[in-house]
Amino acid sequence: METILSVRDLEVSFHTYAGTVQAVRGVSFDLKKGETLAIVGESGSGKSVTSKAIMRLIPNPPGEITNGEIMFEGKDLAKLSEKEMLKIRGRDIAMIFQDPMTSLNPTMTIYKQIAEGLKQHQGLTGEDAKKRTLELLTLVGIPNPEARLKQYPHQLSGGMRQRIVIAIALACNPKVLIADEPTTALDVTIQAQILELLKDIQQKTGTAIIFITHDLGVVANMADRVAVMYAGRLVEKGTVDEIFYEPRHPYTWGLLGSMPRPTDDRNEALPAIPGTPPNLLDPPKGDAFAPRNPYAMKIDFEKEPPMFQVSDTHFASSWLLHPQAPAVNPPRAIRELALKYRPDSAFAKSFTKGGAE
Amino acid sequence: MEREKLLEVKNLKQHFKIGRGRVVKAVDGISFDIYKGEVLGLVGESGCGKSTTGRTIIGLYDATDGDVVFKGENVHEKKSKADKLKFNRAMQMIFQDPYASLNPRMTVADIIAEGIDIHGLAKTKEDRMNRVYDLLETVGLTKEHASRYPHEFSGGQRQRIGIARALAVEPDFIIADEPISALDVSIQAQVVNLMKELQRDRDLTYLFIAHDLSMVKYISDRIGVMYQGHLVELATADRLYENPIHAYTKSLLSAIPLPDPEHERTRKRIVYESTSKGPVGRSDEDSSIPPLREVEPGHYVSLTDEEYEAYKAQLV
Repeated sequence: METILSVRDLEVSFHTYAGTVQAVRGVSFDLKKGETLAIVGESGSGKSVTSKAIMRLIPNPPGEITNGEIMFEGKDLAKLSEKEMLKIRGRDIAMIFQDPMTSLNPTMTIYKQIAEGLKQHQGLTGEDAKKRTLELLTLVGIPNPEARLKQYPHQLSGGMRQRIVIAIALACNPKVLIADEPTTALDVTIQAQILELLKDIQQKTGTAIIFITHDLGVVANMADRVAVMYAGRLVEKGTVDEIFYEPRHPYTWGLLGSMPRPTDDRNEALPAIPGTPPNLLDPPKGDAFAPRNPYAMKIDFEKEPPMFQVSDTHFASSWLLHPQAPAVNPPRAIRELALKYRPDSAFAKSFTKGGAE
Repeated sequence: MEREKLLEVKNLKQHFKIGRGRVVKAVDGISFDIYKGEVLGLVGESGCGKSTTGRTIIGLYDATDGDVVFKGENVHEKKSKADKLKFNRAMQMIFQDPYASLNPRMTVADIIAEGIDIHGLAKTKEDRMNRVYDLLETVGLTKEHASRYPHEFSGGQRQRIGIARALAVEPDFIIADEPISALDVSIQAQVVNLMKELQRDRDLTYLFIAHDLSMVKYISDRIGVMYQGHLVELATADRLYENPIHAYTKSLLSAIPLPDPEHERTRKRIVYESTSKGPVGRSDEDSSIPPLREVEPGHYVSLTDEEYEAYKAQLV
């Protein structure tokens, strides 16, 4: 499939009084037309900073894209001037933010906020803008759209506001939609509605979605492909099935294992990841996950692992994939899923060989 | 075996006045018991009244109506200072936001020891500090943390401080109001494991309020589902998941995405069409819902006569 956005060796730093925080430390991925790529990670992993860098929304100072390129339609977004970027931001690439309570302007009517982008990018005014706004409100499932035009954000519920935010993002038919934790602030039933809406819109418009989240349930529901971030780096990427049924990085194992499942035995402790993420003011030597990794080997503390290729679509940055690494058994929850859905995979077969857990 | 009831909530109501004779019926007549040594989970969407229930039980709000009976004594009638002290020592709370619930101008030692001071549990300064150190170690922090301030800690560590503060007065019962929802996934599991461990070691009883149903299922013995100020279903954690009966419970359970793509591809969401008028109204208006019926031992559901007949018919 055709690649629409290509990020190569992206590095983003923030210059603070305490020193330079290396928030993103060499991230590469491609986004293909019409797909949903989920970027997963904890707070501070660099997932939001990556998406803001694509939108060129990193405040400078203190932030700075120090290396890498972001190729979109033959242009390197990392090097565009603010004036050139204005033409792309909101038109070709649009963003949905986490908190619908703060991402709307409380002093502007719904109509004005949606029509702002229409006027800016498509020159639509008057009746044309109104017609298109009503179309958008209908598309995002807002009942009685005519009556909403003159309303203000505070008159709407959280789920309705997030629909407005989505309508604004969709106003100019973007080719890439970046959704930064769009459902984290919402209740599960509202979350389900918004996820269904995004999938529905993707089918109708063919937009590619970068979906940023820490909720692996949402990832399983939404994503075609998944990229896992830790401490400013991509540690594993693959198709959604590869990441959930044949994960190779111990951090991915930890994330998947620490989510309770309805079938879990309540008398057993949840397999938590010990410790806390590293301070990116001074990233650790070697693999940043090593201090929290029960599978860490000596080399993990000395040398950063390269990206090992597992399949055409699956990559992971862990020394465990080195041909000389000893065989290990992943945590039980990971083994169970692999044996259930991918009993014939090389990954599932490697369990029986034994090795330390 | 008859289990000992630690807490009985009887027809508890909490109405907030919003002017012009209208009220928000945040909690509107709910009743349940909590047995000694169990974890009762309380789930529902934001605005369903689950947090208000917790805060009313512990007395942060004065209940509009109803009784809270703790260890056989009606706690909201107690007005003498000594009675209140005794009650406050037995019942503690862990709050949702570990950033807002710790005083930024107090050291960790003073935050944890505040309860020890109020109840005069430490005889000497040394005793006081030893208790603080013990508590810090219990929750997975170290002695060295005692002299620091809250801003020096991460969210997960702060929540541990909040837990240490609650444990300081050796309570029997802890109300945990969304204690993990502000934390990262990998840290959530750490805190939940800690809470379970403490419960076993110290014979604690929890009311665990949350909207993350997977986590609630994992930590709770029984779960109550709240909707618009009412308790609509109450059952053991396993039965609630295996056999949800109320339409709202079904819709809630069917909306949770699980970390399993195959499951997600086939999951069908059930939509709940509410018939209730919502929580805002005049205080004299009746917004009651059908009574809770025991449909199987220990499994209570709010059903109308017709729904109950339909449920029984479907069993045969």
